[in-house]
Amino acid sequence: MAKKRLIQAINEALSEEMERDPRVILFGEDVKISLFGDTKGLADRFGDQRVRNTPIAETAMTGMAVGAAAAGYRVVCHMMFANFLYTGFDAIANQAAKLRYMTAGQIRLPIVYMAVMGAGRSAGAQHSDVPYPMLMNLGGIKVAVPSTPADAKGLLKAAIRDDNPVVFLQPARRGGEQGEVPDGEHLVPLGVADCKRAGSDVTVVAIGAMVRHALRAADILQQENVSVEVVDPRTLFPLDEAAILASVRKTGRLVIVDEARTTCSAASEIAAIAVEKAFNALKAPVRRVTVADVAIPYAPTLEKAVLPDEQTVARAVREVMGAGR
Amino acid sequence: MSTMTNSTAPRPDLPALYRRMLLIRRMEERLGDVVQSGELPGPVHLYIGQEAVAVGVCAHLTDADWIASNHRGHGHFLAKGGTPHAMVAEIFGRDTGICHGKGGSMHVADFSRGILGANGIVGGGIGLAAGAALAAQLDRKSCVSVVFFGDGGANQGVVSEVLNIAAIWKLPLLLVCENNGFSEFSPTSTVTAGEIAARAQPFGVPGITVDGNDVISVWRASAEAVGRARAGRGPTLLEARTYRWRGHVETEKSFLSEAYREDGEIAEWRARDPIVRLEMQLLEGGTAQGDIDVIRSEITGEVERAYAQALADPTPPEASAFQHMLA
Repeated sequence: MAKKRLIQAINEALSEEMERDPRVILFGEDVKISLFGDTKGLADRFGDQRVRNTPIAETAMTGMAVGAAAAGYRVVCHMMFANFLYTGFDAIANQAAKLRYMTAGQIRLPIVYMAVMGAGRSAGAQHSDVPYPMLMNLGGIKVAVPSTPADAKGLLKAAIRDDNPVVFLQPARRGGEQGEVPDGEHLVPLGVADCKRAGSDVTVVAIGAMVRHALRAADILQQENVSVEVVDPRTLFPLDEAAILASVRKTGRLVIVDEARTTCSAASEIAAIAVEKAFNALKAPVRRVTVADVAIPYAPTLEKAVLPDEQTVARAVREVMGAGR
Repeated sequence: MSTMTNSTAPRPDLPALYRRMLLIRRMEERLGDVVQSGELPGPVHLYIGQEAVAVGVCAHLTDADWIASNHRGHGHFLAKGGTPHAMVAEIFGRDTGICHGKGGSMHVADFSRGILGANGIVGGGIGLAAGAALAAQLDRKSCVSVVFFGDGGANQGVVSEVLNIAAIWKLPLLLVCENNGFSEFSPTSTVTAGEIAARAQPFGVPGITVDGNDVISVWRASAEAVGRARAGRGPTLLEARTYRWRGHVETEKSFLSEAYREDGEIAEWRARDPIVRLEMQLLEGGTAQGDIDVIRSEITGEVERAYAQALADPTPPEASAFQHMLA
């Protein structure tokens, strides 16, 4: 084990997988100079053929990822900010997500679309989205949302080796955050949740950057004799339903913390699963803690007002604890 | 400019081109008849009149080269070596179809023959073909990638994105724009500015216009463009001027309230039938009428067998609707 920054863990994952498999290629805007540091040094190490700066042309980039994958490469397409997935969305939603199905499994499409997601940096509405709800609805795209350096490394390595398109979304404000990363080969399978903190009174499912708020809320609530279990799905599609349901059946209460807008959020899906499949175990209504159906504002005071934090999570847990039947 | 003028230059195998063009024509005519009979589950966009383009280009390709096509994709599928029966069975929604009935007319694909597929999104194949060209470049086996799109697709932004990136990276890519006169139901002149081939010039990419109803011209121009790509000299934009004899979609008369073109215009272009033209060229070149008749009768038989078999084939098991989303 060694302490590493999240960005460093991602860089290691890319480097290790490119070393391991010569058919892994990477392209994106400014990946050589690397805006976030996650692709830094890769061009020097693996050469200008396998690591390429692209023009600012997301429609072409996302489509080329599909074509190159269909023609036998493992493609990492760096989209920079997650909002830019929208600009290149045809190839993701109409091509990558459907080509295997439409051709009855003739091909595999090993693609990772990676991007930085989320708010909290006064980057404004067009650089702050978490676009995973719409990706979850496509069916043909796996969605990975790490919250720690170790998970980021393990999930990205698994995503590159996966034979399906995966969107890997790293939390924007967590890039410099340190965490223990296991030494040597470290893989986190897609579709497996992780219990970040064990508890007995209430389950808090938290996604990406929200995991830290959930853990801090759990500390606060411990002082109030409320035992919080924090479950991090790590992958939103496929979702580890079994792990979430097992925790809900144990605690009987569920709060979901999601940086997405409320309508059709990942939280909505998780709530529906809990109500459909664990209704008899529930002692209180399920609560979603999400962003209201507004764009992310610029001013720090306004941005803070719309984003969940440890206080909003703690408040939601208290409500659920008091709303028992 | 042409590298194809010296006496040792390869020449097109005209009987082979004729055979392939006629196969496409007869397959599509038969499909049009089926639409009239109401037996087809979904929409089809027929390629009749444009056969010289797919056949003239694909004559230069092998299974190791890639093509990406569009919603009017049957001709490209057949020209690249796709199996007639597998295509028509797909369009009928049969389990023996090339995609086991899960793709349909707009998604016929055969990756084993380098066919990335037809595409229901106008311009959707352009990025895919560029990606396959990137793969071909990395493979260093002198393979190329070709994308077919229409004058409608030419107006999608991805064309300029891909021209730019293919030029910078010298990708082995041939962009073939089949200007067939219509962007769905809008005459090209009403929605398209300037000359399409000229759009390559600012990127430093050769932009060439050919008579898309003359398979020999298409064959020559694409020989040069494919040769450039194989030699690592980058992309070419080829605009083939042709004409769409049939509607945008076969059933359009049932929902359109007014005509968008004159019958006289269609008649004028029918008089420039690329297949009749090639027949004349064959006869002028010394091919016997009897040999042409043999090809015609063989194609008729091949098409009949493909349709008869497809109609008799089983539909896919319901459970298959829930398979193949993820690997």
